[in-house]
Amino acid sequence: MTMAMQNRAAKPSTKPLMQRINWVRAAPFLYTLGLFVIWELSVIVFALPQTLLPAPTRVFEAIVQYWSPIWKNSLQTLYTTTLGFLIAVVAGLGIGLFIGWSKTIYAGLYPLMIGFNAIPKVALVPILVIWFGIGTVPAVLTAFLISFFPIVVNVATGLATIEPETEDVLRALGARKIDIMLKVGIPRSMPYFFGSLKIAITLAFVGSVVSETVASNYGLGNMMSSAQSQFNVPLVFAGLLMLAIEGIAMYALMAFIEKRMTGWAHRSTMAN
Amino acid sequence: MSHLVSIDNVDMRYGGADGTLAVSGLTMRVDKGEFAAVVGPSGCGKSTLMKLVTGLHIPQAGVVIVAGQQVTKPVSIVGMAFQNPTMLPWRTTLENILLPLEIVERHRHRLRANKKEYIEKAENLLEIVGLKGVGSKFPWQLSGGMQQRANLCRALIHEPELLMLDEPFGALDAFTREELWCVIRDLHAAQGVTIVLVTHDLREAVFLADRIFVMSARPGKVVKEHTVPFERPRDLELMYETAFNDMVHVLHGEIAKARVVA
Repeated sequence: MTMAMQNRAAKPSTKPLMQRINWVRAAPFLYTLGLFVIWELSVIVFALPQTLLPAPTRVFEAIVQYWSPIWKNSLQTLYTTTLGFLIAVVAGLGIGLFIGWSKTIYAGLYPLMIGFNAIPKVALVPILVIWFGIGTVPAVLTAFLISFFPIVVNVATGLATIEPETEDVLRALGARKIDIMLKVGIPRSMPYFFGSLKIAITLAFVGSVVSETVASNYGLGNMMSSAQSQFNVPLVFAGLLMLAIEGIAMYALMAFIEKRMTGWAHRSTMAN
Repeated sequence: MSHLVSIDNVDMRYGGADGTLAVSGLTMRVDKGEFAAVVGPSGCGKSTLMKLVTGLHIPQAGVVIVAGQQVTKPVSIVGMAFQNPTMLPWRTTLENILLPLEIVERHRHRLRANKKEYIEKAENLLEIVGLKGVGSKFPWQLSGGMQQRANLCRALIHEPELLMLDEPFGALDAFTREELWCVIRDLHAAQGVTIVLVTHDLREAVFLADRIFVMSARPGKVVKEHTVPFERPRDLELMYETAFNDMVHVLHGEIAKARVVA
């Protein structure tokens, strides 16, 4: 795609400008810009005070004004989120492989996992605080707890849905369970696993920010809650914006990794 | 001639004591080097037969003997191919074909050291089935017919004595199917492998097999056994001869009857 764009840009084209623009690639930027324009206009039209809804220009102003704390707290949130997410990846992969290993384990643990996942993680934060005190640790753990479930489910599903014919062919050759897992199950579950990372990373942000809001002296969650208590609404929105940017960046990174690692699963759509 | 496969009075029931009786009193023998076809109404336990012979299921009653040994666990002298080619999409066609060698006890420890020899063998098989040079392609870059050819190579790579085919050509168009009939006919002639083909297609059975077993509806057993009289090598033209069509007609009548009884 990028190549095609560059080629087209390099060649002196006789086509009019409107046709030379790749609208699909430009769309995310144009739509984002559109959202900000509508937001700005509605604030002006409805004459909203900035304590209710600050205009985007005011939010950007706040970002510049409070750049130092925003930067520090953003890094802190990124750190707790990423750490929690990494633990979730390792644990999720391990538990997923364990659950997918046998139908009995799958049947036994699945309802427990659903039940655990149904618990709002914000309710766990006080318990984590009792155990570990306030600060980084509960934020990391909340990020971990909220994001490991989709990884587990996806890995286990990938393992549990091996085609019976494939299994028959291999078992007839004398394959042991471990052979089938290594040769088929694990490679097969990798697209599910990498797909789940995209969901997990965004959930990890939710977890870490919830925990920071309730029980921490650092991070964007804490910054926003103290800004809110001082009626500094532009700063609250600045924090939200930073979170959105971090979320998009991490999501893009995961999508990139997914594409690199399991290209075969995506290329299959190109088969004739 | 000795029997490679001998099934004696076998009962196989799924799902406990009052589960479905899939086959009952099943008896059949397949000679070494023979091409046998199994036909019957749907749900007659043809797939159960596959699993009994390969040792994936152990019967509750009766005895299955393959290559002189009673089957009590999976027998690795068998190659299998199903209607669904089940190629692994993350492996190239060549790597897919080599997969059985990573499993079978006899080969798995030699594979790394003798990779070249095995790859040569795989390339050779690919050439026989008319897939020369596609080994480096991924399965999803191949058409359905090509995937099924590769599937046959995978079933044959570990030099099985017995090849079990479960409707391998069911999902293909008529012309591709005829092409593959010739491929399997030539493979059988060249490799001397014993083949058991489970199929719905009576013309396929008559064209390919030396012996045809007709099974009854569930619980399945062999109701009739035919020896196919046509001489080898057979040409596709055979299918337009009266004797061929008469035989298909007879088989058709028997299966229709087996369905009504059920």
